[in-house]
Order: sequence, then structure tokens, then C-alpha cells
Amino acid sequence: MDSNSNDNQSKLTKADVKRIAHLAKLEMSEEDAEKFLPQLQQIVDNAKMLEEVDTSNIEPIAQITGIDNMVYADQIETQNLASLLLAQSPQTIEKGMIKVNNIL
Amino acid sequence: MIDLSIKKTQIALRDKKFTCTELTQSYLDRIKQTDETLNAFITVTEEVALRQAKKIDEAGDFSSPLSGIPMNLKDVICTDGIKTTAASKMLENFTPPYNAHLYDRLLDGGAILLGKTNTDEFTMGSSCENSYFGSSRNPWNTDYVPGGSSGGPAVSVAADQSVFSIGTDTGGSIRQPASFCSVVGLKPTYGRVPRHGCIPYASSFDTSGPMTKTVEDAALVLQVIAGQSMKDATTVDTPVPDYSEFLKEDLTGMTLGLPKEYFGEGVEKEVSDAVMEAVDVMKKLGATIVEVSLPLTKYAIPTYYILAKSEASTNLSRYDGIKYGHATDQAKELEEIYMKSRSEGFGDEVKRAIMLGTYALSAGYYDAFYLKAAKVRALMKQEFEEVFQKCDALIAPVSPILPFKIGEKSNDPMAMYMVDVLSTPINLAGICGLSVPAGLSASGLPIGMQIVSNQFEEGKLFQVGHAFEKATEWHLKKPQL
Repeated sequence: MDSNSNDNQSKLTKADVKRIAHLAKLEMSEEDAEKFLPQLQQIVDNAKMLEEVDTSNIEPIAQITGIDNMVYADQIETQNLASLLLAQSPQTIEKGMIKVNNIL
Repeated sequence: MIDLSIKKTQIALRDKKFTCTELTQSYLDRIKQTDETLNAFITVTEEVALRQAKKIDEAGDFSSPLSGIPMNLKDVICTDGIKTTAASKMLENFTPPYNAHLYDRLLDGGAILLGKTNTDEFTMGSSCENSYFGSSRNPWNTDYVPGGSSGGPAVSVAADQSVFSIGTDTGGSIRQPASFCSVVGLKPTYGRVPRHGCIPYASSFDTSGPMTKTVEDAALVLQVIAGQSMKDATTVDTPVPDYSEFLKEDLTGMTLGLPKEYFGEGVEKEVSDAVMEAVDVMKKLGATIVEVSLPLTKYAIPTYYILAKSEASTNLSRYDGIKYGHATDQAKELEEIYMKSRSEGFGDEVKRAIMLGTYALSAGYYDAFYLKAAKVRALMKQEFEEVFQKCDALIAPVSPILPFKIGEKSNDPMAMYMVDVLSTPINLAGICGLSVPAGLSASGLPIGMQIVSNQFEEGKLFQVGHAFEKATEWHLKKPQL
């Protein structure tokens, strides 16, 4: 994408903030959206300085010590954690399962 | 007895100057006397501590490396049966059913748990002000922040509430509060200490390490917690050296680099002056000093927050009000449970991080933000590798500024991010850094020096830090409480 369209795209609106919040499963009141808009805009604007760095032919990095595919023997171990983990749930437990509300 | 290092405490315990129970009780008393003001602890584990101490006294065996040493853990490190809150309403009542692997290693080493200490919520912050339980206070001046996110751990060591603490460092969260409170703080190489059981912020950056009164103590604690873990596939089988062998008092043959970008614009004069005075000390100890350059330093902040907040947005999607943590009582449908539980449970900085990360990872913005930053990160790693061809370690300030007042930056997220400008590059490159006390400002606030070395070269940090410490008295200065 060229830098012009990038400029337009990263001009945030209150509607954008609400859309992002929805994607992130956060409730967002009008008041909150107004508060977060200039803060997020400032952070996004600052990030645009990365365009100055020439990264052509550079592979992105996510694993910083250079290891990959750590493998270990696939052996079953008994942990007996199921009831302890279920007990963590704030929802109702029925027959060893978490009961949740309606989807619709 | 509560102002002693690990080394000196152990000698006293072995010589029966006091029992482990007496020692533990003294620390618990100290916490009681001072924590109303300092707010370093979220949970004090008095019963656990006294039980562990009694066991050590009964066995009378002080041969393990940390036998009988009272310490605390930042409250993002899971402790079986003991609340672990991440300083968030989301996990206010969360009691993990297992220990972080590093806590198991500390227990095997004989350490005593005094409690869980304060942090910015989910470790997101540089002042400790984002804690759901209120900010900790800097013991050098209680109107000032202790730094963050490991504010509680730093305060607890500076104020003699514990012999040492374990903090976490994703973008500076061990080194900066260590600097602000005048204690030693080590951010190990990524993958040197297992992350298992440490509540994640940004998984490709998160590290855990010791906060101590001396460099020697930091080496002792790292010895216990370092090494490959089958519970964390990002730990490596690189051997853990005997760190005590690096604790020499002379720097002959060592080359130290001064990265000019770390002394430039935005760095307060009192801070750079103190670090340059420290450089003179190291020169007298035999080190060769060279100037080096890391031109990508100015891109560290945006690179860091794009990547770290992206990782945070995915990591924190696990908090849904279903499996564990806070659940709303105001919802009828499933999606409402997610949305309301998360909105009620998370504070503003965490919400900002999740939204920024969601944005940077979303279709149409991924290439321009996330991928771009991941490429700049690769270049930054390369830049550090080149510099370490010319020197053994780098010397720099930890924070460009002195500790600031509580409330001064809390409504300006961008200004708060900028505080980390000299610490985030080390996390981006996955290398190691040590903060050591190096001065006090005219107003009596601490200044820290940062020693940085390449991946898995913690030994060099200990060598430089220990030699500097032996030649100076900054680490002996104490706040008046």
C-alpha cells in the first residue's frame, strides 16, 4: 500500500474505536470511545515513523533466540487437574462441564 | 538483620546468629510497620512463610543456595493455593492450582515466601500506578512513583521488606523500577528462565529475573532459577555457567561500549552525568571504553508497543468470564458475558493495549504495523550483534529521566511509553541487561546504570556490575523511612 492510502486509513474515527473494541470483545460507551480516540490516534501516528526504516528483503522475527520446533516424547501423564481447573470457573458446573448462557 | 544480603544472611543463619523463624518474623514485622505507607505487597503470606521457616529450622540444614532466605514474588507469578492477581480486578480472586516452575526452583533452593508484590495491571505500565490495588510508593520520596511495572518488588527490596524479589521484564519492568528505587535488577536473556506459570503480557518478550541488594545476590538467584524447562519450550539447553566465577573485582581486558544514542536528546543531564562518572570508575578498574552507535534506537518505542500490544491482545483474549477470573452478573447471552466481564475486569491501560494490538493485527493494517515492526525488530537484533563484535558489554542509563511524581504522567499514555526508550531495545533483541545503583540526584532520587550484553552473557553483566559495586558505595545508600 502507498503512504497516501496508509495516511487515510490510519486516521481513526470514533466509529473505528467502537469497531476495534467490538473485535476485542470490549464494551465501549460513547464517553470511553471519546477518551480512547485521541490516545490511540497519537500512538498510531507515532508508529508511522517506522515507514522511514528500509526493511526490504528483511524477514520478520518473532522467536528471538533462533530456536524452532522443540520436540519431546509424546507420553501420557496423569495430572488429575480437571476438577481443580473446573473449580476455577465462575459459571455453573454440571456433570463435569461448564454451563454457559444462550448463544442467541 | 533485615538489611543483609543473601550471602551475609546465610552466613549468619549457618553461624546461628539468629534462627530462620526469627529472621522471617523480623521481615513480617517490617512489612507490617512500613507497608501501609509503601503499598508494596498485595498479599502477605505470613502463615506460609512461618511454616516454611520452621521446617528449615527443624532440619537445621542451610546447605541449599537460598536456604532460609525470605523473599517475595511479583503477583503475576503463580503460587499453588495462594492468590495471584496480576494487580487486576479480572484476577482479584484467582488462586492458581499449580506453581510457576521458577517458584518450584526457588522452593527447592530453600527460599521462604513472604508474599506477592504489586505491579501495574498485567505488568502494563512504567510507574505501578496502573495497579487495581493502588500504586506502590517510592521509599526515597513517597510522593514519587517507584517505577514499574515491578514497583512492588523494587520497593520491597529497597525498604528491607525482603532479602530479594522476583520481577518480570517485558520492556524494562525489572530494570526501570530497580533504577528508581536504587536496587539491583536483572533482566535475563529471553529463554534463560522458564516463563511457565508467569501470567503473560507479550510472550516473545516476557522474562523473569531477580531484584536484589547486591550484584552477587542477583548471580546467586539466577543460578537457582535459570535453565531449560520441559514446561517452557522457549527455554534453551545452553548450559548455565557457574556465575560466581564472574565475580571478580577488576575489569582488565574488558571492552565497554557507550552507545551514543543512549546519552542524547531527552536524557536528563543528572542521569547521563552519573552514568559517565560510573564509566570513569570502570576505566580505572581496567576497562577499555569505546563509543558505539545503535542508530535504530529511536524506533524502539513504536516497534516495541506495536509488537507487545499485539501479543497482549491475543494473550488476554483468554479472559472471558467463563473459565476463570471475573464474570459479570449483568449478562443474559454468551457474548454479553465476554464483553461485560472484560469491560468490568480490565483497567484503561490494558484496554488500550488490547485495542491497539487488535488494530495492528486486523486485516488491512497487519502489514503496515505488525509485520513492519517485526522486520524492524530483526534489524535491531542484527545491529546489537554487530556492536557486540566490538565490545563485551554496553553501558547506558536505564531510564532517561529521574523518578517522577505520582499522577504526573498517568493521563498521558504516550509520555509514559517514552519512559521505556532505553530499556525496550534490550527486550526487542532478546539480550540481557542489569540495572545497578549509580548515583543520587540533587533532590535525593536514585539513578541507575544499565549494563547490557549479548544473549546468554549474564556472566559479563555480573563481572562489570560486581567490580563497579565493589569500587563504589551507591548500593549501600538507604532511603530514610
